[in-house]
Amino acid sequence: MTVAATEPLGRSGLRSPAFARFLRALLPALSLTLILIAIAYLNPRAISYFGFSLMLNLAIPIALATIAQMFVITVNELDLSIGTFVGFVACVTATWLRDAPLLGILVLLGSIGVYAALGALIHLRNLPSIVVTLGMSFVWQGLAILLLPKPGGKAPDWLLGLMSLKPPLVPFPILAAVVIALVVHFGLMRTSYGAVLRGTGGNAQAVKRAGWSILRTKVTMFAMTGVFGVLSGMALVGITTSADANLGNGYTLLAIAGVILGGGEFVGGRVSPIGAVLGALTLALAASPLLTFMRIPPDWQVAANGLILIVVLAARALISRREGDR
Amino acid sequence: MSEGSPVIVKLDGVERHFGAVRALDGVDFAVGAGECIGLVGHNGAGKSTLMHILAGTGSPDRGTIAVRGAPETDYSVARAQALGIRCVFQELSLCPNLTVAENTHISHASLRGPGWRKRSAALIRAKLDEIFPGHGIEPSDVVGDLAIGQRQMVEVARAFTVTDQPLHLVILDEPTSSLDAHTAGQLLAFVGRARAEGVSTILISHVLGEVLSTANRIVVMRDGRVVASDAASAFNRDRLVATMGGARQHDRDPAAAARTRGATPVKVRARPRGQPGSAELVAHQGEIIGLAGLAGHGQTRLLLYIYGAATRRRPGIEVTDPVALVAGDRQTDGIFPLWSIAENIGIRSLAALRRGLLLSSEREQALAREWQQKIGIRTPDLDNNILSLSGGNQQKVLFARALGSDARIILMDDPMRGVDIGTKLEVYDLVRAEARKGRTFLWYTTEMDELENCDHVYVFRNGRIVADLGHDELSEEKVIQSSFEESAA
Repeated sequence: MTVAATEPLGRSGLRSPAFARFLRALLPALSLTLILIAIAYLNPRAISYFGFSLMLNLAIPIALATIAQMFVITVNELDLSIGTFVGFVACVTATWLRDAPLLGILVLLGSIGVYAALGALIHLRNLPSIVVTLGMSFVWQGLAILLLPKPGGKAPDWLLGLMSLKPPLVPFPILAAVVIALVVHFGLMRTSYGAVLRGTGGNAQAVKRAGWSILRTKVTMFAMTGVFGVLSGMALVGITTSADANLGNGYTLLAIAGVILGGGEFVGGRVSPIGAVLGALTLALAASPLLTFMRIPPDWQVAANGLILIVVLAARALISRREGDR
Repeated sequence: MSEGSPVIVKLDGVERHFGAVRALDGVDFAVGAGECIGLVGHNGAGKSTLMHILAGTGSPDRGTIAVRGAPETDYSVARAQALGIRCVFQELSLCPNLTVAENTHISHASLRGPGWRKRSAALIRAKLDEIFPGHGIEPSDVVGDLAIGQRQMVEVARAFTVTDQPLHLVILDEPTSSLDAHTAGQLLAFVGRARAEGVSTILISHVLGEVLSTANRIVVMRDGRVVASDAASAFNRDRLVATMGGARQHDRDPAAAARTRGATPVKVRARPRGQPGSAELVAHQGEIIGLAGLAGHGQTRLLLYIYGAATRRRPGIEVTDPVALVAGDRQTDGIFPLWSIAENIGIRSLAALRRGLLLSSEREQALAREWQQKIGIRTPDLDNNILSLSGGNQQKVLFARALGSDARIILMDDPMRGVDIGTKLEVYDLVRAEARKGRTFLWYTTEMDELENCDHVYVFRNGRIVADLGHDELSEEKVIQSSFEESAA
């Protein structure tokens, strides 16, 4: 009887939690805008149809990998194998999918099945996902090296064609990013089962008590990670035209960074698909184009990404502190 | 049960064990249509366990469940929901990252397809308006942004919403614990209206006034059994309290009763924060002081406050001797799980175990051996890991840690939870023996039998001392009487 139930919530005004959340949701878009302004200032010619097609080329696979990571983070898990998985998919795409499409399709579908099975294993045996996926990252890498010991292979022609599409007015990478963000946003944030999936991250016990199967939600989310990992690997090969077993190695941390940059949190089911795609675009732009224009050697790429992450997270911590103040 | 009303759910001979603890010991229980049953009992009487079984989240070890006369063999949450039985749990079961409307979908799988958000929002808004007019909650609010009382309102309202599944029985486990008097009144009035529409409720509450005024039948549980079940009109507050506590005669320890208070110097004097009046906790040297009341009513907080005051001055607290604390939750607050038994005993006495700059393992061993014999820790080797011991023996290690130190005042934070009776009796003897030697004990316990060991008992409610009982005046009835509030205020 100590807590007043009807204390005023302050739904409007600058100190309300809704406003703080709005600020947080704005943060990914804001950081992307800042990067774009910096690029426009350094090299105005980059802000063009051709410039965006070039700069954001690699953003599509990064965005897909980030979405893949976001699915497992939604249910409070983490996938440390997404990078090598993308590399494995790239190798399969550049070899079997081109030479023996049926086998290639079967292998890719099978690998999604493996992801689903991992989800079941992690849930049923109550294993830490970090450990399981760290182990799996070596498995995917090993398989990729077995398949393609040295860089080579060739992307299927239809994939090459798709990735070099030149739609009118809007560059293809931007179009693809919008489609990815909207499709996933609809699936995870607007559908009724999407609410259950996010609820699993927020309070699994409550979802279970309401009669839902946590096993099913976890398996669904891991399978979705597999699906978007496959899409990421295929998109990557479509851009690079040939594959290498180490192609996706950097993607694991990039994908985690993208989710966090986009307003997601490691626990609690708080994620944002649109934010995650914006986060991935930010990282892709900040990585090479911005540095090139600033005449900073590419060796500093990772450090630059880290710096952006620290700045954005610091801004978010400030906003969250206001949230906690109330 | 009221005459002629059909039985919704009936439990027969239900038993549930957690290890050696019998949470439910053969319970028969039935709910009729349109009944509001008040379920009362002291901590650990088995109320929550019983409700988990009714809601399908727990299963009985023995006994049967029958719904509308048909025995249920494969009872589960989904089955309970299909049969129209819902539960509002004591711990909140909303997803904080979802909106109010999305949380409504979590308990209503049928709210799906295009427009589900609108239908979900309309459903919960209508029910909130019906139960808590003027609630100030929007269906699009994220639950994590709501105040705790508003969350409880959402959860209660959600339990009463109806979609494709019927609604016959709602179990409310402490539904008013976070509500203020006004909203609690709204809820209790609604429970009455629901009764008129044939929806039964089970109301579990520690506020006896609201149970007496709302329920039409009251069931009293004690020690995992139903000890009374009668029309609410047949109960009054005194009879309810007497039934919960049981009229047990106990033979007192004459030695303890004969002790006169104040013959020895005061060792601890403490006033809980916000305590009105002049009541304060006083402990003289050689006394065993009991801190009683329902769980979580400020006893642990005061112990920790006193513990802190031993090293740094705090307002309202006076402590004159070194202090040691025996933790109640030994897994999180007590043991060092990677250390040996001897190391776990010695940690409170490192200064005495030093030789030069280093610790002397011989002294540590000597201390551990001494207490192993005094307190009877059953292990072949004190260098074994602490986790090789049973729970009761681990707790003995924590006692050895405190008693083996230089502390003259020992604070005990309900340390006997989940400990077997044999160990308990050994420790009671030890505590009494140490008190006779001049040590002072402050003992928070939720068990009546342990209070029998105390020279003086303070009863806590809402963080304050509400009763001050000498050993002679102590009775279970009095403790319960002061633990429960008069009304929802």
